[in-house]
Amino acid sequence: MTRAAPAIAILAVALPVSLAAGILVGAVPIAPADVLGALFGTADQSTATIIRDLRLPRVLAAALVGGALAVAGTLLQGLFRNPLADPYVTGTSAGAALGAVGVIALGGDLAATIVPLAAFAGALVSALAVWQLARLGGRTTVLTVLLAGIILTSFAGALVTLLLFASDRLSLRLRAVLDILSGGVAVRATSELVVAAMVVALGVGLAIVLGRRIDAFVFGEETAATLGVDPERTTIAVIGAAALLTGAAVALAGLVGFVGLVVPHALRPIVGATHRTLAIASFLAGASVLVLADLGARSVFAPAELPVGVLTGLLGAPFFLVLLVRARRREVA
Amino acid sequence: MTALVARALTAGYGARGVLQGVDLVLEPGVLVALVGPNGAGKSTLLRALAGLVRPTAGAVTLDGMDVATLSRAALAARIAVVPQTFDTLFPFTVREIVALGRSARLGLFARPTGIDAAAVARAIDAQDLGALVDRRLDALSGGERQRVVLAMALAQEADVLLLDEPTAHLDPAHQIGIVRRAAELARSRGVIALAVLHDLNLAALADRVVVLDAGRIVGDGPPATALTLDLVTRVFGSGLAVAQLSGRTVVLPR
Repeated sequence: MTRAAPAIAILAVALPVSLAAGILVGAVPIAPADVLGALFGTADQSTATIIRDLRLPRVLAAALVGGALAVAGTLLQGLFRNPLADPYVTGTSAGAALGAVGVIALGGDLAATIVPLAAFAGALVSALAVWQLARLGGRTTVLTVLLAGIILTSFAGALVTLLLFASDRLSLRLRAVLDILSGGVAVRATSELVVAAMVVALGVGLAIVLGRRIDAFVFGEETAATLGVDPERTTIAVIGAAALLTGAAVALAGLVGFVGLVVPHALRPIVGATHRTLAIASFLAGASVLVLADLGARSVFAPAELPVGVLTGLLGAPFFLVLLVRARRREVA
Repeated sequence: MTALVARALTAGYGARGVLQGVDLVLEPGVLVALVGPNGAGKSTLLRALAGLVRPTAGAVTLDGMDVATLSRAALAARIAVVPQTFDTLFPFTVREIVALGRSARLGLFARPTGIDAAAVARAIDAQDLGALVDRRLDALSGGERQRVVLAMALAQEADVLLLDEPTAHLDPAHQIGIVRRAAELARSRGVIALAVLHDLNLAALADRVVVLDAGRIVGDGPPATALTLDLVTRVFGSGLAVAQLSGRTVVLPR
């Protein structure tokens, strides 16, 4: 606990620095003075367009997505007592993607609030399904959560493919679907960003309020109950918060893997295990990490832009493997 | 006087009843050891007493109130359970774990008060954990971890302390230590204490032994009265002998 306060202070400084870096660096070189000018409305038209209409929304979206996924990962890890859980590996993101692709197939307007709503619904159904599947036939373990996640991810993935196959509309909007599946941050309208920001704020607020209840799950649902925490109600509230965060993230950026897994995991040795503190630290760190990852994804093949989900997948998958091996060793021991 | 009472308690999972009409009155100041063969219903009885299992017939009452009607938070303020498993993959500190004992007293938006902090400090002192408060739970020995979860339950400052196989992960010296601690807590604080135990010799350290067999209570009394050769043979089979050694009941392989 003693190291949590300085760590959070450092993360709180790192986030605006990352945001600034994300805005300053891009395919078209723009001097810092002109960037400032664009933000305050004194730059020329093309610079203003690049900064205010392209970079700023994208950087803010990346921050929201990274922060949301990291807090959702914190919530799911705490709830399932599983350091390997996050929206991506539990299939929650896949459910959100299915929801988003589904409404696009039905002709939902991309810019409207219906996509985030469908993503939230998909995330909620998947997370509830993981919770129920993972405890089928007894205790919820690290392995049953991962297996339930595999089942849901495969199922949702197959349904997305089926939709692609069956819907004429989707083939016309293949780019939008590809954005969702590959995890690229794309902001189509400011209203989308505003809605996402409000949803993420609500999700993070819930995570902070629920943090102490999640701590009580440390030895399982039954011990949470004897400590005075209603396990069912708390689980549903936590899953609801995780679904809000995942839905917002997927609506903005599609399937971005491993941020939710790695960020809380890496922070725990520094800020401790209590979930209120961990949620705050994870939001700040997750936001910075994804802004910088997106900056990297934009820069590697500039002017072409790599979807950030490709980058987090390439970096995150080996990390996940290391964690899996370590967790297995500890479970056997 | 406070009492935790099971009346004609029948409970179990699905169609198969595990408890078949159990009558039991638990009173403050004594440690009760609950023993019986595997599958006798010991854990189910403990969980029913804690309000974790709903009876299919009969009831569990605390001071005349049916525990099934109380909220989780209200129950946790009266009944504390020392869990059987306390492993975690997360780096919680000893102080954080003990503070979980106050979960029921904190509203969603409330901060811990001085009363909560004092309860946590008392529990830490009572289990001699002062030197370990900032250590990680997963870095402690089995005996130390057992004391931490006992302290977590004590921080609830409940009238009832239920221990679910508290000796499961401990060496013999620590097994005796934890049973003695529980007995001492019952006497000094006047709490209602019950421990599910497998080892009959540890049970003989308690003030009262309740023997459960096939969901029914078949023996109940001070160790020497409850653990007779006749009863032990009937419940656990013919492989055991019972002796008295310097005033204490001991059970040995025959």
